Amino acid sequence: MVDATEPPAVDVVPATPITLRRDATPGWEPDLPASLLLRRLLADRTAVIGLVILTVLVAAAVLAPWVAPHDPAAQDVLNKHAGPSGSHLLGTDQLGRDELSRLLWGARASLLTSMLLGTAVLVIGSAVGTLAGFVGGLVDAIAMRIVDVMLAFPNFLLVLVVVGSLGPGLFNLSVAFLLAGWVGYARVVRGLVLSARERPHVETARALGFRPARVVLRHVLPTVLGPVTVLWTVRSGQLLLALAALSFLGLGAQPPTAEWGSMLNSARDSLAVNPALMIYPGLLITVAALGFNLLGDGLRDILDPASR
Amino acid sequence: MGTSQTAHLVRRVLYLVPTWLGLSLLAFVLGNVAPGDPGRAFFTRTRGRPPTPEELALVREQFNLDDPLLVRFGHWVLDAMRGDLGTSFSTRRPVTEELLSRFPATLQLAVAAMVVALVIALPVGIVAALHRNRLIDQALRAASMLGASMPGFFLAYLLIIVFSVKLGLLPAIGRGGLENLLMPALALGLGESAVLARLMRSSLLEVLGENYVRTARAKGLPGWKVVLRHGVGNSLGAVVTEAALTFGFLLAFSAIIEQIFVWPGIGRLVLEAITQRDYPVIQGFVVFAGTVFVLLNLVVDLIYVRLDPRVNLGSRRSLRGDLGSRDG
Amino acid sequence: MNGPLLTVEDLAVGFPAAGGFVRAVNGVSLSLSAGERVGIAGESGAGKSVTALAIMGLLPVPPTVVTGAVRHRGKDLLTMRERDLRLVRGRSIAMIFQDPVTCLNPRLSVGRQVVEAIRAHEPVSRREARGQAIELLGRAGIPAPARRFDDYPHTFSGGMAQRVMIAIALSCGPEIVLADEPTTALDVTIEAQIVDLLVELCDEQQAAVMFITHDLALLARFADRILVMYGGRIMEQAPAPTIFRRTAHPYTRGLLSSVVRPDGAGGARLATIPGAPPSPLALPPGCPFHPRCVHAVERCRTEVPLLLDVSSAEHRCACHLAAELTPFDAAQPDPLGIRP
Repeated sequence: MVDATEPPAVDVVPATPITLRRDATPGWEPDLPASLLLRRLLADRTAVIGLVILTVLVAAAVLAPWVAPHDPAAQDVLNKHAGPSGSHLLGTDQLGRDELSRLLWGARASLLTSMLLGTAVLVIGSAVGTLAGFVGGLVDAIAMRIVDVMLAFPNFLLVLVVVGSLGPGLFNLSVAFLLAGWVGYARVVRGLVLSARERPHVETARALGFRPARVVLRHVLPTVLGPVTVLWTVRSGQLLLALAALSFLGLGAQPPTAEWGSMLNSARDSLAVNPALMIYPGLLITVAALGFNLLGDGLRDILDPASR
Repeated sequence: MGTSQTAHLVRRVLYLVPTWLGLSLLAFVLGNVAPGDPGRAFFTRTRGRPPTPEELALVREQFNLDDPLLVRFGHWVLDAMRGDLGTSFSTRRPVTEELLSRFPATLQLAVAAMVVALVIALPVGIVAALHRNRLIDQALRAASMLGASMPGFFLAYLLIIVFSVKLGLLPAIGRGGLENLLMPALALGLGESAVLARLMRSSLLEVLGENYVRTARAKGLPGWKVVLRHGVGNSLGAVVTEAALTFGFLLAFSAIIEQIFVWPGIGRLVLEAITQRDYPVIQGFVVFAGTVFVLLNLVVDLIYVRLDPRVNLGSRRSLRGDLGSRDG
Repeated sequence: MNGPLLTVEDLAVGFPAAGGFVRAVNGVSLSLSAGERVGIAGESGAGKSVTALAIMGLLPVPPTVVTGAVRHRGKDLLTMRERDLRLVRGRSIAMIFQDPVTCLNPRLSVGRQVVEAIRAHEPVSRREARGQAIELLGRAGIPAPARRFDDYPHTFSGGMAQRVMIAIALSCGPEIVLADEPTTALDVTIEAQIVDLLVELCDEQQAAVMFITHDLALLARFADRILVMYGGRIMEQAPAPTIFRRTAHPYTRGLLSSVVRPDGAGGARLATIPGAPPSPLALPPGCPFHPRCVHAVERCRTEVPLLLDVSSAEHRCACHLAAELTPFDAAQPDPLGIRP
């Protein structure tokens, strides 16, 4: 060897084909400025499609009271299973209610609920994880034992058991999700906090005697933000599917409420007569979940290109 | 297998205890803070009318509902240790019997779904990896994304609409021959196949970049042997691990599919128990499912050791965290 | 001797990477005769490994672009179909790599990987192959080869793993062995053993060796002929004694004086060539070595020097100033202390 400085290691030819990625920066880059992240996000086709899908659906959910052509609960028994028409763009359901209005209102119960729940679960889980990771010791040990025990069991079954014991209903279901959902975040966030603590500037801040809360807010949180955003996106999509599944089983939203999963359930009896009642909400659930998955995938690519 | 590995496996089995206790206590407590009296619910269901106060008292005594919560829990735990999980409120049969009689159906469905998932996922993942970033890879990626996003119950009804309602080819409900199994297995397995295909693709790509794959090519082995023996052979570990974990999810999610196809499995049993507030069955199910999952974790560990001679379980991070980390 | 076994003509290799197009090899021509031991020396990024991989057809094409010709027994390996090329790989031309532990499949026993190499080309039964493999492992210096046959690679040290790789490479009696820095990841004490073993076994089988290294001194042990590469080009080539005694290229001279001498003199080993090798993403115009060359003149910055004869057709050098800089009177100091 001739020079002490590291020569470019190009002699080693990659055995796999070299991909022409838009972005080939290796590893996490926790300190990327938000504007750069946004620019990369908008350059990622996958993420943009996911973002557009979610934006449209969220807008529909928020604006449902104003844009829905009919009252979603207004029955018209004489006009059951009507096909698409001028006044009912997607026809009517088994009780003569306007399908389009119910789908729009359903976006609130399905999509907005799962996003809210996803956020609540994130806050609880991150708080526990940060505390465990930062305080350490007995707090950490106890929290992680609980997490271990809960993770031994699929979340879905846990939710099923909790809601089964409490009784059906959207509220009880939400309680069940909160009880079951925080564990996943807690473990991930704890791991991130532990590795963030090792970073030089965090160690410096601690050594300088800054208050722990300040160190967490100023130095640890930013490094945790990226991975947690990815996690939120993916988990919200999973929550949406689980919520719809449990409502479909009759354990979530109850009949008069318009919710995609329970709409699918109510459409079961008229499967042969009017399969469209089943296909509309089913498609919406699929598209919404697709939106979350695409966005999550794109975000992961942007934040951690090595993962692909 | 070394002593440290045995110790690891023993430790894993011991993990059952807090899992069982924690989850069943949770179910116990929740059942009691929930509104509605299980005794009343039972009477109303079996007699078709609400009970008189005297009748209610009788029912409650019969099921020991008046004892303090912790006393009941203690009794339950002691019985459970002898394999007695109590008596179902609604059928009056022992819960253990109910669970065991329903389990084969669930197992059959989950195994069939696993086969469906692997039969689709392995070739798709391999083809995608070998044509990385080309059109076919992109198409498969889009398809697997869609597969992962489509809820099983929606897929189930799409299948019923096409194959039962329109074409009249397959029976929509019941358990019997292969024609009964086909649609439930597909509805349950397709979503998992999407996840597994992506994993197969990414782990094969990783392995194909390894130096020993280059060595295999330098030996002059035919391409298919390089890909299968050195590529797929070495990437299967990750896929099989995930598949075994996935198997747990198939068992869990089979509840929905069983409900749709009127498949007499354990999931349907639990859903019935939930609507009827049949707590012994719900709690028994917790214990049963917890056991199944711990055993699955053991199986995953053992598969891991078989597939990779370097793995020593004593020093490996437990896979526990992976099991429950998805709930979609 | 009846003509070279292998000739490489004007080989160029490039591939796209993050940040641009890498020009790893830029017009390399060389030849290898039966039983000959050729050494290729140069720093990382000089294009040595890529040249070897291109000869074996082990580069991912596309996206890698390979031009020129690699002729072996009258056929161009670069344009050969994959299934014909596979019959050349391992049988006529074998290759040994650096970092031997990662070159063995961790999931298969060592013996099975040798057997696999034998059975790739020889129609022998599993039993016969097993016997051959044990014999090969023994000859490659694995102690108790029959017992180690079923062991997995992670139980082998780097040196032992490289012996396994040598056994694999020689399993089908190749005419040519390409050794790509086979000792770089190994301890210095093991290095000499492995090199001697490789040379000895190749001699026995009358296989030609192309030995790639960044360590010019190592080549002094055995090489008949040495090629010095820099920036994807051959800078100088000559019979081994000539390279050491009548060094023509300033870069070769730099490499030589950066070697720690066995007698301990010339201790400031890293001071000799200032700067780092050029990035193959952005090769400088003209002579690739000019930014680091103390002799560089204006012409070096603009015009790529051709590989021209220095004193005979055997000694060639790609330097505009070769005529002025080459000592003709063998009065050059002996940097390695190898002169008798």
